[in-house]
Amino acid sequence: MAAQLDLGDIQHFLLARTPALAARYEFLSFESVAAGRAWLAGLVPKVGTGQSVGTASPDARWVTIAFTCNGLRSLGVDDAALATFPEEFRHGMAARAEILGIVGDSGPDRWFGDLASPALHAIVILFARDAGERDRCERQHREYLSTLAGVDVLSALNLEALPPFDGVAREHFGYRDRLSQPVIAGTGEQPTPGSGSPVKAGEFFLGYEDESGAPPPLPRPELLSRNGSYLAYLRMEEHVGAFRAFLRRQSETRDQQELLAAKLMGRWRSGAPLVLSPDKDDPALGGDLQRTNDFLYKEADPHGYRCPIGAHIRRMNPRDTAENMQRRKMIRRGGTYGPALPEGAPDDGVERGIAAFIGCSSLIRQFEFAMNVWVNDPTFKDLDNERDPIVGNHDDPFDMTIPKRPIRKRLRGLPAFTTIRGGAYLFLPGIRALRFLASGNAEQLS
Amino acid sequence: MATDNDSGKPKALAIPKEGYFALQQGRYGPTYPRTPACHGFTIIAKIKPGTEEEIRAYGTRIEKTIEANPHALAPLQLHYLRWVLFDIGSDKYFMYQGIFDTDFDKYTEDAIELFKATGVNTIFEKLEGFPTDWKTSAPAFIKFVREHQCPSFLEYGEYPYVSAGEIKKALALKQAFSSMLDHMQ
Repeated sequence: MAAQLDLGDIQHFLLARTPALAARYEFLSFESVAAGRAWLAGLVPKVGTGQSVGTASPDARWVTIAFTCNGLRSLGVDDAALATFPEEFRHGMAARAEILGIVGDSGPDRWFGDLASPALHAIVILFARDAGERDRCERQHREYLSTLAGVDVLSALNLEALPPFDGVAREHFGYRDRLSQPVIAGTGEQPTPGSGSPVKAGEFFLGYEDESGAPPPLPRPELLSRNGSYLAYLRMEEHVGAFRAFLRRQSETRDQQELLAAKLMGRWRSGAPLVLSPDKDDPALGGDLQRTNDFLYKEADPHGYRCPIGAHIRRMNPRDTAENMQRRKMIRRGGTYGPALPEGAPDDGVERGIAAFIGCSSLIRQFEFAMNVWVNDPTFKDLDNERDPIVGNHDDPFDMTIPKRPIRKRLRGLPAFTTIRGGAYLFLPGIRALRFLASGNAEQLS
Repeated sequence: MATDNDSGKPKALAIPKEGYFALQQGRYGPTYPRTPACHGFTIIAKIKPGTEEEIRAYGTRIEKTIEANPHALAPLQLHYLRWVLFDIGSDKYFMYQGIFDTDFDKYTEDAIELFKATGVNTIFEKLEGFPTDWKTSAPAFIKFVREHQCPSFLEYGEYPYVSAGEIKKALALKQAFSSMLDHMQ
């Protein structure tokens, strides 16, 4: 029998989706062990846990803290302990960028905000009910930092939900977002139809049985690693002007544009999946969480006549057409940044996109697999020279095949609709581990 | 690696000592190119003394597994697998050669799950140096495989760069035509 989740120790971040409409990420560097520990000691009491934060949280703001490998070292974790953490985490995202397809225009040498720098030590993630609360917390954190010496803010990013604020999360291309998320076994939550079985906690949190039936080995000291998770951070610019221009160029009518947008994603912008609604949008279906994930591919659409094999959602979640799906699930948290580009407005050159964290217990098996194989493998599922049309790297010309009777449509040389502007691998410790890092002394905790 | 789409033209490809033309990192190490003979590996390792019969017995076991479930190994996108035992001096060695359609770095964890399910581990556990914690440590398993992989220096394809899927489709088409012609008699 799997151990119960220690909700009082696990940070709330991957457990609860909070009702936040604004957020701010601050990327920090510690000039000394003492400075980092002093900063952390003051922040730990503000970090919510799985116990204190629920989806119906009455709070106005939610704080999360995570560290790079250099950050753990900067807080005094010694090299012998760090050597027990997985190699990919120790090397960091910038060093693994080629594996992830984050090269060329997306390459770490072009990232914003010093994210590829070894000086990046920590991130503090603030989710807030609205922009006013976010700005109040920002001021408070700035004041707190002014009382300490030796903690530098390398960069920061403000995020805000996009209008019309009707309770539906959307990203800048206009697609409905956050439609599917794995349910963690042991939380009591029930997956919506078609979302698969609950996933064992060890796929997301260290110290628990995973889908292999055993708990994977814990990095040392266990006090630091237990109840922790790994996060992959991605700041992904969305080229809204280029996306809309492409749809217009390829289509004669508005309906054709919408169908093409749906073929690229695998869902209409309303969220309605092509497998269930192949010819026209069905907004009621898109918004109905009991129905919008209730489909498979193998029998319903083996050749991709409804949802192309290479469409974004069919790559990122091949459902019944891939092996060991329970071992590939991840939890995504984040939001949109930058102003919405009004429909019909010319591209204004302002950066806008999604900045998100992908949570898992193995970066190499879960996150890196998704990026390396599902997103960027040009021969995914016997396709020829294609990558994920939305988030794949398109520095070189890749195509998109839309199966159609009597003759398929092949879009040659897709433009890049997105560019990675920053990223990092982070460790998200439990609360006891945060206290341990702040004190540097395991005995003080007992 | 550029590919030649003319599957009717036999092709040979000489491969540098490293096993690849340009270093391209996969998740667990360098990735190897697709050649006229598709992707593949050749793993060679010494067996633990006295385990030869157990290894040979595995041959019957996998035969029965495939008989009962012909698609058990489908996720590996295989063309062929060959298991060989041979001597070097007084030592016995095992060679495991596979030809398949995907770079083995990509689906390496799926392969390990299949090895567990089909009992390939019963052979690997008889190999010297095989990690005892392989069930909980995929990286240890993968490290062993990579350390014992011997890249080809030459590969040849009589019908180059053709995937198993394409061959199966062509055979299905042939079967359909044949059946249609039979019905027209």
